[in-house]
Amino acid sequence: MNVMPTPRRRSFGHISVPKVTLAHGGGGKAMKDLIDDVFVSTFDNAALAPLEDQARFDLSDLARYGDRLAFTTDSFVVHPLFFPGGDIGKLAVCGTVNDLAVGGAQPLYLSCAAIVEEGVEVDLLRRVAASMAATAREVGVEIVTGDTKVVQRGACDKIFLTTTGIGVIRTDVTLGADRARPGDVVLVNGVLGDHGAAILGARGDMALDSPIESDCAPLNGMIDALLAAAPGTRAIRDATRGGVATVLNEMAQASQVSIAIDERVTPLRPEVRAFCEILGLDPLYLANEGKIVAIVPPDEADAAIQALRSHPFGQEAAVIGEVKNGEPGRVVMSTVFGGTRIVDMLVGDQLPRIC
Amino acid sequence: MKYVEEFRDAEKAKVLVHEIDKLVAEIDVAKERPIAIMEVCGGHTHSIFRYGLEGMLPKEIELVHGPGCPVCVLPMGRVDDCVAIAERPEVIFTTFGDAMRVPGSKKSLLQAKADGADVRMVYSPMDALALAKKNPDREVVFFAIGFETTIPSTALTILQAQAEGVENFSVFCNHITIVPTIKAILDSPDLQLDGFLGPGHVSMVIGTAPYEFISHHYKRPMVVAGFEPLDVLQSIWMVLKQIKEGRAEIENQYARIVPDAGNRAALTALSEVYELREFFEWRGLGSIDHSGVRIRAAYRAFDAEAKFATPNIKIADPKSCQCGEVLKGVIKPWQCKVFGSACNPETPLGALMVSSEGACAAYYQYGGVKKREAVS
Repeated sequence: MNVMPTPRRRSFGHISVPKVTLAHGGGGKAMKDLIDDVFVSTFDNAALAPLEDQARFDLSDLARYGDRLAFTTDSFVVHPLFFPGGDIGKLAVCGTVNDLAVGGAQPLYLSCAAIVEEGVEVDLLRRVAASMAATAREVGVEIVTGDTKVVQRGACDKIFLTTTGIGVIRTDVTLGADRARPGDVVLVNGVLGDHGAAILGARGDMALDSPIESDCAPLNGMIDALLAAAPGTRAIRDATRGGVATVLNEMAQASQVSIAIDERVTPLRPEVRAFCEILGLDPLYLANEGKIVAIVPPDEADAAIQALRSHPFGQEAAVIGEVKNGEPGRVVMSTVFGGTRIVDMLVGDQLPRIC
Repeated sequence: MKYVEEFRDAEKAKVLVHEIDKLVAEIDVAKERPIAIMEVCGGHTHSIFRYGLEGMLPKEIELVHGPGCPVCVLPMGRVDDCVAIAERPEVIFTTFGDAMRVPGSKKSLLQAKADGADVRMVYSPMDALALAKKNPDREVVFFAIGFETTIPSTALTILQAQAEGVENFSVFCNHITIVPTIKAILDSPDLQLDGFLGPGHVSMVIGTAPYEFISHHYKRPMVVAGFEPLDVLQSIWMVLKQIKEGRAEIENQYARIVPDAGNRAALTALSEVYELREFFEWRGLGSIDHSGVRIRAAYRAFDAEAKFATPNIKIADPKSCQCGEVLKGVIKPWQCKVFGSACNPETPLGALMVSSEGACAAYYQYGGVKKREAVS
């Protein structure tokens, strides 16, 4: 992509101390060295390099991708920073990229704001930044602007990241949670709850050795394939915090329809199922970081499933339910046992039951 | 055999429901009024809602959701005591997850945590003991709740703490015992129950003998039931069969887990560390004789009630709250005056709205699914 203006190359500052101190947030040379060493040299792109107070884009260049801008932001405070299947850096890029992609946008540019706790090892920051850069390359986006703050020990948990993203929505695509119609088909692109279970497992509070990995993945390529195969797709959301149950409720509310899903065909890894059994959790409410819920018209359902399944991030895609003409806003599920229950929004966090 | 999926087989469920229909058609009283069966345990309530069992049963069967959710029956005064202990600067207060949201008269543990108290969620009392060893300069208190299912694990943790000489660990004991409560329910004049599903995991510890009075004295059938949906359906079928045949016996459907004599080792640990209280306060049900246990004097060093001064004030339930009547099965959750309005999972007024095992929260979250028509 063509970004203006094309800057001159310059040499990057470097940090030699092992840990971040408040001096690195002071605005002087130490801060410039930290930003250079950790972020600028790693993200290395033409729009970032001049270190102006803003990245600049050519409007006509953006317009090549479509006719509307998509703009989104998300903060990342995950604990632990590194977990099976990902880390906070990968998460921060995938999360914002996916928020753009589910709107039908081509993700183009990200910002990265980091709040760093004093005492954090510089190497840890470098690993996080390297993970962000690698994920951005995989996606095809550039991290073009950013900010770094250092706060006192205890004021944050090692590192908090905020990424903001700009994308361009294709001219012929209009997706919205309010567009579901009775008869439409509800799809997911694979097994549910992996990220939530992986994070809970990685915290190590519960003496459970779990082999579950986060599903953290950038979904823009898969969504491109989906929209090409099923151009009539009504709505896509990524099922992050609150899980698939929450997204379905949002869609049912926005479209004033009911949604019926079937537990028997809802894809779940046996390990996640067992994990939830032991802790008394419901996998429908567990977070995902690489899963979407898509609503497509019935005549495009087969093509949509085919397209998802032929992509690496959608191999276990499944139809899990249908949009109905029932009580508006209601989500119901046929259980494995043949009964029916309501799937409501969660009020707070899921808390494990005692017995 | 994984002991999970096998007990969720939809085909077997259909057969069982058919057999239940046949039995109901042969029970005369069912033609005049519904047959009321109480599931005592919150774990059963959860399964019933989780799998939509009520909607599969004929409408002649009414399931009454009993008091066996330890989080739900915790009185406000005890929550206030918890908060008072948790707010001491030297204390790390540890608790099971779903006890965090139970409202006290001023705040819940979750709110106390937001106000600065060091409240941490654990999955086992042993986690709390480990935390105490890791933080020798802090006082670690474990918030012990639950029936005989969880009492042995806190007893064993106290014994372990004593063996290891851990001095900064104590237990705030709110353990309760189910048998006196079933008796109190049976003595309640405004209640008509035809049978019980017995709490399987309690029986795993205490066995089946302690329930004999239900069949002998009160002439009601009880089936000790497992927690998978087929377990629950089969147990309902067993209760109905007893009713039809005019029997009132204690039967054990959950024999794969529950030995009739219970678990000797667990019972030994339990009686080594705990003794019965004269009475204990239950939310919604009031004070019930011999329904709680406390830590024996020999283990006083691990008793948070002895270690810390607590307000220990009895707080009446809010006037509008009808948890007691719901717990006894006198009214259904949605018949409560404040159900879903003043009392909802976000701002629970009564305890039954707090835990997902509580009947009101379960109805609020999963409920509203239409019941089947009568058996014709």
